[in-house]
Amino acid sequence: MTAALEARGLARDYSVARGAFRRPALVKALAGVSFSLEVGRTLAVVGESGSGKSTLARLLTLIEAPSAGALLIEGEDVAHATPATRRRLRREIQMVFQNPYGSLNPRQTIGKALEEPLLVNTDMNAADRRAASLAIMEKVGLRPEYHHRYPHMFSGGQRQRIAIARAIVLRPKILVLDEPVSALDVSIRAQVLNLLAGLKDEFGLAYVFVSHDLSVVRHIADEVMVIYLGHAVETGSRDAIFHDAQHPYTRALLSATPVADPTARRERILLTGEPPSPIAPPPGCPFHPRCPLVFDRCRVDKPPAETKRGREVACWAVTP
Amino acid sequence: MTLLDIRNLTVTFATRRGAFTAVDGVDVAVDRNEVLAIVGESGSGKSVAMLAAMGLLPKTATVTADRMNFDGLDLMALSADRRRRLAGKDMAMIFQEPMTSLNPCFTVGFQIGETLSAHLGLARKARAARVVELLAEVGIPDPARRARAYPHQLSGGMSQRVMIAMALACRPKLLIADEPTTALDVTIQAQILDLLLRLRRENGMGLVLITHDMGVVAETADRVIVQYAGQQVEASPTRALFADPHHPYTAALLAALPERATERRLPAIPGVVPGQFDRPAGCLFSPRCAFAFSACHRIAPRRAGPELGAALCHTPLAAGVPQPGALQEAGA
Ligand SMILES: Nc1ncnc2c1ncn2[C@@H]1O[C@H](COP(=O)(O)OP(=O)(O)O)[C@@H](O)[C@H]1O
Ligand SMILES: Nc1ncnc2c1ncn2[C@@H]1O[C@H](COP(=O)(O)OP(=O)(O)O)[C@@H](O)[C@H]1O
Ligand SMILES: [Mg+2]
Ligand SMILES: [Mg+2]
Repeated sequence: MTAALEARGLARDYSVARGAFRRPALVKALAGVSFSLEVGRTLAVVGESGSGKSTLARLLTLIEAPSAGALLIEGEDVAHATPATRRRLRREIQMVFQNPYGSLNPRQTIGKALEEPLLVNTDMNAADRRAASLAIMEKVGLRPEYHHRYPHMFSGGQRQRIAIARAIVLRPKILVLDEPVSALDVSIRAQVLNLLAGLKDEFGLAYVFVSHDLSVVRHIADEVMVIYLGHAVETGSRDAIFHDAQHPYTRALLSATPVADPTARRERILLTGEPPSPIAPPPGCPFHPRCPLVFDRCRVDKPPAETKRGREVACWAVTP
Repeated sequence: MTLLDIRNLTVTFATRRGAFTAVDGVDVAVDRNEVLAIVGESGSGKSVAMLAAMGLLPKTATVTADRMNFDGLDLMALSADRRRRLAGKDMAMIFQEPMTSLNPCFTVGFQIGETLSAHLGLARKARAARVVELLAEVGIPDPARRARAYPHQLSGGMSQRVMIAMALACRPKLLIADEPTTALDVTIQAQILDLLLRLRRENGMGLVLITHDMGVVAETADRVIVQYAGQQVEASPTRALFADPHHPYTAALLAALPERATERRLPAIPGVVPGQFDRPAGCLFSPRCAFAFSACHRIAPRRAGPELGAALCHTPLAAGVPQPGALQEAGA
C-alpha cells in the first residue's frame, strides 16, 4: 500500500538579515526529516518552540517548498507533478492552525468561510455549496444558525471547530494540525480531541498532529516523531516512545512533562541551558551541549538516524 | 498565624454594559513555606483575585472581603501608600508574560536595581553587587554580563528568571506567580518550577501558583483551590483533590485530562463556561453538570464543610457518589 504521505529528507533553510554590514545568516529551520504516514493513522510531531514543527507543517501543506528533500502525497512526488496534479494534491492535504482567531477572516461569516474553498476548487453551484457547508457544520457540532454569524461571536473552542470544518470541507485525505488544541482550556480541549478522533474514523483521514504537549500526544498518536533543532532525533510507535524512549532528549522531555498524579514518583532529568540557535547550531549532535550522556564523538560527528531497538533514533549512545 | 488570609473575597468591575462580578466569594489561606495552587479555566477570576490581594486592580474594580490579612496586617485598613510599599516588598507577584512586565529601554540590571533602591534604599555599589547575586541565585549563567543585557536579548525562560530575581529582590514573605511557565517549553518550565520550589524551601516563602495545568498542580502544590466562573468551587489538599474530588466540576476536569483517560473518547464536559450575560440561575455549573437535578437549576448551593473540600454544591461527591446532606440542610 502506498503511504498517504511520505517525507524524504525534508529540509528548509531561511536566510535572515542581520543588519546592514553583515551577511545574512542561514537558519536551518528543518534539517532533513523523513517519515511515512499511512491512511487512518496519526503521526504526532513533538518538540519545543523553534524546533521546526511549524516549518514542517508548512512544507507538508505545500505552503512553502523545501530547500532539499522530497514530499510524496499518495505516492506522487510533489516536486515533479504536473500543475493539474499539484492542484489535486494540494486539495488532499489541509491545515488547521493553533490560533483559531488568526486563521479566520473577521469580516467573513462562518458560512462564507466554509463555502469559499468550494467556490475556488469545485464547480458546485451556490445551493450545493450552501448545503455542503451546512452539512460540514453539523459534522463538527456547529448549529445551523451560526451560518451567517461572524468569527468574533464565537469562543475559542467553537472557532477551532470552524477552522476544522473549513479544513475538511473539500474532503481531503490528510490533515496537518499545528498545535490545534494548545490554546484551549481543558474541558474544551477534550471536546475538540473527541471531534478530531470521530472525524478521522468517519472520513478515513490521516493526521499529522503537531504539538508540544506530550499528554495530548500520548492520547492521540499512533506514531511519534521527536524533533530538536530541526532534526528528528527519535521516531517510533507511541509505545516505543512513551514506554521505552531511547534518545536522551526524548527521555528528558518525558521526564519534564508534569503528570496529573500527585502520588507518581518520578526521576526528573533536569536539562541545563536552553536549545541553541539554529543560526549557529553546534557541531556534531545538535543535542550534545545539553546532553547528560555526551562523550567525545558527539561533539564532532552528527549521529545518523538508524533503526535501533525498533525505532529510528539518532544517537551515538544508543546501542543497537 | 496564616501569612495571607482572605475570606469571602468579591471583586466587581463597573463595565460599560453594567456591573460584572469577576470574583465571587473566594477564600485564600497560605502559610509560610506552603504552596497553594489556584486552578481554573481562563476567565475564572484567578488573576483578578490575586491582583486584588496585591492592591493592583484598576479604579473600576470594587473589592470587598470579610477579611483580608497579610502577615497580621489588615490590608483593607492600610493607606494606599503603605499598601503600595508592601506590594513589591513583602508580597511580590510575577506574571505569565515576562516580556510585557520588563521595560524594553533599560538593562535588566538597572531594573532590578531600581526595585532595590525603591524598597531597600541600597546605595549604588551595594545595589550592583546584589543584582549580580540575585541573577546568580535564579540560575542565570554569567550574571554580571547578563545584568547589562536588555530584555529583548533574553529568551523567554531567561526573562522569567529575571522577573523572579526582581520579585525576590526584597526577600518577600509571599510570592504570587501567575501562570509563570505557561509561555515556556516543558524543559524550561521544569527548571523554573524547580527554582521556585527551591526558593520557597530556602527562604521559607509562601507561594501562590496560579495555573490551568493540573500536572503542574500535582507536582508542586500542597493545597489547591478550584475556581469556576469566578467562584471557588472546591479547596482541598492536593493528594485528596486528585484522589477524591468533591465538586462535580473538579471531578469532570480531572476526568477530561488525556493522561487520566482510560478510553479513546475523553469524557469531555459539555457546553462552555457562562459569560457575563448568560449566568444560569442556581448553581453556575448546573447546565454542564452530570449530577444536576431540579434544585441545582434554581437554588444557589451553599458551601460544604472542609471534609467535603468546602465544595460549593448541593450534593458534593464522596468517592464519586453525590452526598445528599448539604441539600437537606438548605431546605430544598
Ligand atoms: N520565515 C522565516 N524566516 C526566518 N526564520 C524562520 C522563518 N520561519 C521559521 N524560522 C525559524 O526557524 C526555526 C523553526 O521555527 P518553527 O518551525 O516556527 O518552530 P516551531 O513551530 O517548532 O516553534 C526557528 O528558529 C524560527 O525562528
Ligand atoms: N479590568 C477589568 N475590567 C473588567 N473586567 C475584567 C477586568 N479584568 C478582568 N476582567 C474580567 O474578569 C474575569 C476574570 O478574569 P481573570 O482573573 O483574568 O481570569 P483568569 O486569570 O482566571 O484567566 C474575566 O471575565 C475578565 O474578562
Ligand atoms: Mg510552531
Ligand atoms: Mg489569568
